[in-house]
Amino acid sequence: MKLTVWTYEGPPHVGAMRVATAMKGLHYVLHAPQGDTYADLLFTMIERRNHRPPVSYTTFQARDLGADTATLFKTSCQDAVDRFDPEAIIVGASCTAELIQDDPAGLAETMGLSIPVIPLELPSYSRKENFGADEAFYQIVKSLSKPQERTKRVTCNILGPTALGFRARDDVEELTGLLSDMGIDVNVVAPLNATPSDIARLPAAHFNVLLSPETGEAAARFLEKNHNQPFTKVVPIGVGATRDFIDEVAVITGVTGRPDETRLRMPWWSRSVDSTYLTGKRVFIFGDGTHVAAHARIARDEMGFEVVGIGCYNREMARPIRALAKEYGVDALITDDYLEVEAAIERLSPEMILGTQMERHIGKRLGIPCAVISAPVHVQDFPARYSPQVGFEGANVIFDTLIHPLVMGLEEHLLTMFRDDFEFHDDAGPSHHGGKAKAKVDDAPAERVQPQDDNVIWLSDAEKELKKIPFFVRGKARRNTETFAMEKGLHEISLDTLYEAKAHYAR
Amino acid sequence: MNVPLPPANGGCRTTPVLKERGQREVFCGLTGIIWLHRKMQDAFFLVVGSRTCAHLLQSAAGVMIFAEPRFGTAILEEQDLAGMADAHVELDREVEKLLSRRPDIRQLFLVGSCPSEVIKIDLARAAERLSQVHAPHVRVLNYSGSGIETTFTEGEDACLASMVPVLKDTQERELLVVGALPDVVEDQMVSLLTDMGVGPIRLLPARRIDDTTAVGQNTVFALTQPFLGDTHAELERRGARHLAAPFPFGDEGTTAWLRAIAVEFGVSEETFEAVTAAPRARARKAIAQAAEALRGKSVFFFPDSQLEIPLARFLTRECGMTAVEVGSPYIHDALHGPDLDLLPAGPQISEGQDVDKQLERARAARPDLTVCGLGLANPLEAEGLSTKWAIELVFTPVHFYEQAGDLAGLFSRPLRRKSVLQMEAVE
Repeated sequence: MKLTVWTYEGPPHVGAMRVATAMKGLHYVLHAPQGDTYADLLFTMIERRNHRPPVSYTTFQARDLGADTATLFKTSCQDAVDRFDPEAIIVGASCTAELIQDDPAGLAETMGLSIPVIPLELPSYSRKENFGADEAFYQIVKSLSKPQERTKRVTCNILGPTALGFRARDDVEELTGLLSDMGIDVNVVAPLNATPSDIARLPAAHFNVLLSPETGEAAARFLEKNHNQPFTKVVPIGVGATRDFIDEVAVITGVTGRPDETRLRMPWWSRSVDSTYLTGKRVFIFGDGTHVAAHARIARDEMGFEVVGIGCYNREMARPIRALAKEYGVDALITDDYLEVEAAIERLSPEMILGTQMERHIGKRLGIPCAVISAPVHVQDFPARYSPQVGFEGANVIFDTLIHPLVMGLEEHLLTMFRDDFEFHDDAGPSHHGGKAKAKVDDAPAERVQPQDDNVIWLSDAEKELKKIPFFVRGKARRNTETFAMEKGLHEISLDTLYEAKAHYAR
Repeated sequence: MNVPLPPANGGCRTTPVLKERGQREVFCGLTGIIWLHRKMQDAFFLVVGSRTCAHLLQSAAGVMIFAEPRFGTAILEEQDLAGMADAHVELDREVEKLLSRRPDIRQLFLVGSCPSEVIKIDLARAAERLSQVHAPHVRVLNYSGSGIETTFTEGEDACLASMVPVLKDTQERELLVVGALPDVVEDQMVSLLTDMGVGPIRLLPARRIDDTTAVGQNTVFALTQPFLGDTHAELERRGARHLAAPFPFGDEGTTAWLRAIAVEFGVSEETFEAVTAAPRARARKAIAQAAEALRGKSVFFFPDSQLEIPLARFLTRECGMTAVEVGSPYIHDALHGPDLDLLPAGPQISEGQDVDKQLERARAARPDLTVCGLGLANPLEAEGLSTKWAIELVFTPVHFYEQAGDLAGLFSRPLRRKSVLQMEAVE
């Protein structure tokens, strides 16, 4: 038993729903109690889908438990096939149905349905959403893909994008364009918008592009082993990764075409002088393993940030993220406990967080700007505009995403110069975020600086000076000064201590 | 006299009800925790359940509106199910940790879920044991919010019903008003009744555990929410008497609800008029404004919160709408009867749900406005129907006079929006 306040991932059957909802012509019959239909709103509200997810819930209640829930399952199954006329169905149980052990797979098998029935075994009490999506997609591919001739032209499949994926819609479009520039056609994208007959055609491609390892890796491995299709290991998020991806595809296929880079603005945007202020900004990165790995590279090599911590919530990615952390000289935080993430951020007090919607809330509470780079998703993560993460346009989009929460170039200096200005005070926040501005309250009682360590006290001169430091670096200045004082065995922080600490930490 | 007259063509109380069962597009009772934990400011709700329960609470709450919420889920893991760990020992440990971190918690609700019910974790026994350990500082109660036993708002009913047996005894003649209302609305209601000289007034749920809510033979109680069937039964078991009335939505509902109490407490007609005249006039004016967009339009209710029947009464009698179908997850005559009496005959009254069949009826009827859950709203909008998300009716202050206009506004906004959006090319 583990107390959980907020979760990064839903249960595994929600992962299977993300696959079913992404596809067309497939129906999911889910043995589940009343109330599990809440999951529909994730798709209809967060993603603004205009169709109900293709899921039939058996909706059993307490009074059914003593009676015949198995018949209820068979009836729902038959009704779903009659009503929705799918090409194939997947069947499975949610957490409660797993406990009553009706065996949906066995039941569906006895019904003699004329369409393929794909059973899912998703252990609800040990695994989570990403596993559910990966496993469901793998089972579908395993059941439906057929051996066949390769296409004449060089083609690939794009594997992994699901419903409720982080920017999956636009990533598929961007990636398709990139591959097309290289002279490679896309055979099938799956699961997003694929039908069961499309899944059957997967083995016709020459290789697979694994866009989302979280939700597509098991299928990619299956296709590699059984249909001799290699799959790409680089996820093309960021300028460097996109170029590596292009090289990887060239090696797999022998294709020599290079995509057009004229629309790639990110490198110049990052080199131009306004971006100087980004140098060495201390960032903490947390999310799903794939996006975290990609953003660590972007942060360090393409934005010039200093990465002070990385981590992921999906244990399946623990190993690569730990290895990456070692390379970056930081500790990896592998946890799905939101309170642990919050504590880590508080301890590291970064100047910026690259995280999920959860970290956005943590940042709000701690006063640290946050850019959202990974699922779990929120209605805001489905913008109306084209907004991919992969490829060259993705790199442009990410540059904008990462600088948006920050105070911009010269503004940062102005804030320092005029820090007691009545309009330009700290609480006004970045000038392009109107909503965050707070009117300055002049005679608000000065809050006492509470040192982290009881053995150190701030003298009033130093405390006043600390308040003059802009809010977005004040936390760091305070922490550094206190650490400095403790290291020197000082119990009081004077004005001199503050500036000695500043000199000590100057880079 | 302002007593609402039953419709000329008869009401709906004796109309045959279409009872359906099948897939239900509704929340389970755990959802009530979202508003109950804001109402009871010293309470923590600990769900004993699965990752699905935690995910539901997070999704229904619109993802993390509250910094550190006073609810959480003790997620059952493989070892709990395999009997390798004693669920009670595990639960005691989690509660201990929780209460030591949150000394502000005075009431702890252990909330049962589908998995905890199926594997039969005895939360009543756990609550008793934990009460002994943590008394007197913390009171521990239990109820089930599981989907196999409760539908959406029935979670609040189960929670309040669990509190009735531990209410203090009283022989005083008191009015007990039952149902979680936003504080601002509750204050308005108390002030209206106090101005009429009705009192003492007690509230269930009270905002804090130390508040003086008690019950006994001389208690009369009024329900502010139409989904409190079990609480109603528990209160009667304690000897209290129910004042049946239409629910306080709109001018007419509010007046009828207040009148039932006023009559019981011998309030004079003059006093009643003096207290209610001004807010009634305001309510009428506000409703009239919002109802312009609703007059002559048809409405179809999918079952959701059990508010459907009283709201259909409000929309048909005060906003000029016609009801096509009024679906409710459950219909209790003792609670919904007075509203059914006033709802003009005509609509199909349905109880329970087989969602695909009901969708077919809605598509055939093409109502001007469909009131439904979040899972159905966008798909129906995409088919050209206008919808109102039902959950907003539970999360928004809509009771009594001062909110009557807002209530009508919730229904008129989707129709107004449709009429203001112009995206076609100008010819």
